[in-house]
Amino acid sequence: MRVMAQMGMVMNLDKCIGCHTCSVTCKQAWTNRAGTEYVWFNNVETRPGQGYPRRYEDQDKWKGGWVLNKHGKLVLKAGGRVKKLLGIFASPVQPELKDYYEPWTYDYKTLVDAPLGDDFPVARPKSLITGKDTKITWSANWDDDLGGSAENGHLDPIVEKVRRESEDKIKFAYEQTFMFYLPRICEHCLNPSCMASCPSGAIYKRVEDGIVLVDQDKCRGWRQCVTGCPYKKIYFNHKTGKAEKCTFCYPRVEVGLPTVCSETCVGRLRYLGLFLYDADAVTTAASVTDPQELYDAQMDVLLDPNDPSVQAEARAQGIPEDWIDAARRSPVYALAKVYKVALPLHPEYRTMPMVWYVPPLSPVVDLLRDQGHDGEDAGNLFGAIDALRIPVEYLAELFTAGDADRVTAVLKKLAAMRSFMRGISLGNDPDDSIPEAVGMDSQTMYEMYRLMAIAKYEERYVIPKAHVEQAHDLEEMGCSLDFEGGPGMQDSAPFGEASGRPVPVAVETFNALRDRQTSGSAPGETTLRGRVNLLNWDGTGAPSGLFPEKALFPEKPPGPGPGAGPGAGTPADGERP
Amino acid sequence: MLAFETAPGSAAEISALDVVLWGVLPYVMVVVLVGGLVWRYKYDQFGWTTRSSQLYESRLLRIASPLFHFGLLAVIAGHFFGLVIPMAWTQAAGMSQDFYHFNALLVGGIAGVGTLGGIILLIYRRRTTGPVFMATTTNDKTMYVVLTAAIVFGLWTTLASVFEGEHGHNYRETVAPWFRSLFIFQPDLAAMAAAPFSFHLHTLVGMALFVIWPFTRLVHAFTAPFHYLFRPYIVYRSRDRDRGRAGSAAGAAAARTSNVAARRGWSAVGTRDRDTRNR
Repeated sequence: MRVMAQMGMVMNLDKCIGCHTCSVTCKQAWTNRAGTEYVWFNNVETRPGQGYPRRYEDQDKWKGGWVLNKHGKLVLKAGGRVKKLLGIFASPVQPELKDYYEPWTYDYKTLVDAPLGDDFPVARPKSLITGKDTKITWSANWDDDLGGSAENGHLDPIVEKVRRESEDKIKFAYEQTFMFYLPRICEHCLNPSCMASCPSGAIYKRVEDGIVLVDQDKCRGWRQCVTGCPYKKIYFNHKTGKAEKCTFCYPRVEVGLPTVCSETCVGRLRYLGLFLYDADAVTTAASVTDPQELYDAQMDVLLDPNDPSVQAEARAQGIPEDWIDAARRSPVYALAKVYKVALPLHPEYRTMPMVWYVPPLSPVVDLLRDQGHDGEDAGNLFGAIDALRIPVEYLAELFTAGDADRVTAVLKKLAAMRSFMRGISLGNDPDDSIPEAVGMDSQTMYEMYRLMAIAKYEERYVIPKAHVEQAHDLEEMGCSLDFEGGPGMQDSAPFGEASGRPVPVAVETFNALRDRQTSGSAPGETTLRGRVNLLNWDGTGAPSGLFPEKALFPEKPPGPGPGAGPGAGTPADGERP
Repeated sequence: MLAFETAPGSAAEISALDVVLWGVLPYVMVVVLVGGLVWRYKYDQFGWTTRSSQLYESRLLRIASPLFHFGLLAVIAGHFFGLVIPMAWTQAAGMSQDFYHFNALLVGGIAGVGTLGGIILLIYRRRTTGPVFMATTTNDKTMYVVLTAAIVFGLWTTLASVFEGEHGHNYRETVAPWFRSLFIFQPDLAAMAAAPFSFHLHTLVGMALFVIWPFTRLVHAFTAPFHYLFRPYIVYRSRDRDRGRAGSAAGAAAARTSNVAARRGWSAVGTRDRDTRNR
């Protein structure tokens, strides 16, 4: 047994309102850069829907993840090592930009620059790839809220599959439809197929917390990982020619902060915590024959942090005491293995994903209520879950490789929790028969309620910090002003885009600050052509346009005012065009 | 050495230009190539990539890129066979000159035409696909010129020998001995000087290609991922204990580079480097 720690996430889909705040904040934090315009480390899909990139779940086409070969051995679906190397010159199955979408911006300038005329100026969409006018035909969430599902709904690979297996069970007629949101990040799998696909060995799993990262120095842009990941959560930065992926916000997690997507989640549906798992058992667990047993196999890999023998082994492996303690208090372990209400996304890909989902129950309750039943009575709810086969089958394809009973069991627990707590809220004695009906006791059910409904910040996020004695390693190495090439070398180098040694952040900040202090003009003056952006103006100089042209008073020569100090402490991002 | 035995011509015919071109230049080329590679590996790991444009366009690339790359691999194998293996050896193995010549022309011709066709298709794709052309730097364009020239001139030497037939030039008596003699630091200048102009041209352009190699996107060839065949599928690395070192594969290299100062390996959306600075 080799005990390792793994940061995991659970998302309670019942609470997701599809606001995309997680996506937006993640994009601002991580992929707001050239080359990653089309990249969303976190995206929120409406299901049923095609997802992002389109139909990524269709592994017959995209060849992601693992499969068992004739001999029951785990092999990459896209082919073995030799086949991968032979296909290196043109990756055989790699999504193109059109499978994601062509990123765009709008020509906002014409809105203010357009000459006076009869027509209103229009901000045309401009492609961020070619810079030319573009026609927007798709996006990262084009089918948000079932948009266009009457026409495109059948293109959802899960819909396709469920329909194949049970004639026309999924309908998109208004009265019969259903939907829920599925936020997705990298699964930080225990058995990642992206890593196995990487010819350079640039993708690695951190021993300490299991976060899967791409070494940007070692990546050579062979693109095999994009094919390898069945969730299509590795993206090719077309500007740097390197693969990029969700980082689990490791700089935040290392200091005990939740990821950006979790921190900003409006519905507070995300849980972060540790799993302890047996690294030696992963391959065997991923190789079980029946895909529907993969869930159980994955459960077995997760170790009980309260078990003294596990703790002893963890100590022997050098896992610090506070990490073992955090694993004991881990909300994700509780939801996944103690309460067994969180399910992995697509276990059939055999990657042992570590981002888990509590399947949504809400449509069931709403439906019962609309039909005039007591939507939160346990008996009614249990019956309704069985009656509502459509979502359950759909959910089963997502979370349990098609095992509908497993999903039903989870939904029953959620229904039981509602019903049980409703009784308590109404002042009745706790009805122990309700938890018993789903194989739980009252105490556990109450704790589950605390975690899922009250969901205090410190209970949702139990993140042990990286160790202080290692903190120095996390700092920028060396004196960053001493680097070669000197200050002023920015953005691009002679060997193509983004090559060369990029400027350390400290140098960049230093330069920006010095430029501001010594320049006589206000930031952004050239690009604004005479107008002043007061948001960027820090009081340095008197930019032309600040006062009317025909000044009644003598114009002051622009220059650093003697009294004007360094001004704002923040370097001006606005200086860049 | 063999090289000297087979060398036709005499020392008297060697001009100063020959000494520079065939005696000095090859070593300068090697110094620049090796030095450049070492330098770039040390200082520009982040820029060391294929810079694939498959994300933009895949249909043409799927044909052109394998055609070019596999063709090139065959061409390299052909060069090895022609330059490194002495004529005496193949004759000793019972291979007649005619048979060798026929094979070299057939295989070399096919490989050369494939490579040329591949690169023409790739350049066509690069020029006509908007996003791919936008992502093409001056550096890339220079590289394409030299690379294409090397292929065209090389193919010319092959095709020329087809039309010249039996009277064609036997490079295994001139270029090959010179090539081998370079490795013992006694360049057989006379042998190379005796080769026809087409071979001189191809050799010079070839050397130019190797000189610019480390400074272009061609560097990706030097990190061809053969170790993928042997490394374990799952790679663990420690954040702290061996910071930046690969747990299993190619660890030493990564460890060296991980101490390079923290970097800003990106530029903001809408930056201009792709639009102008590299054209």
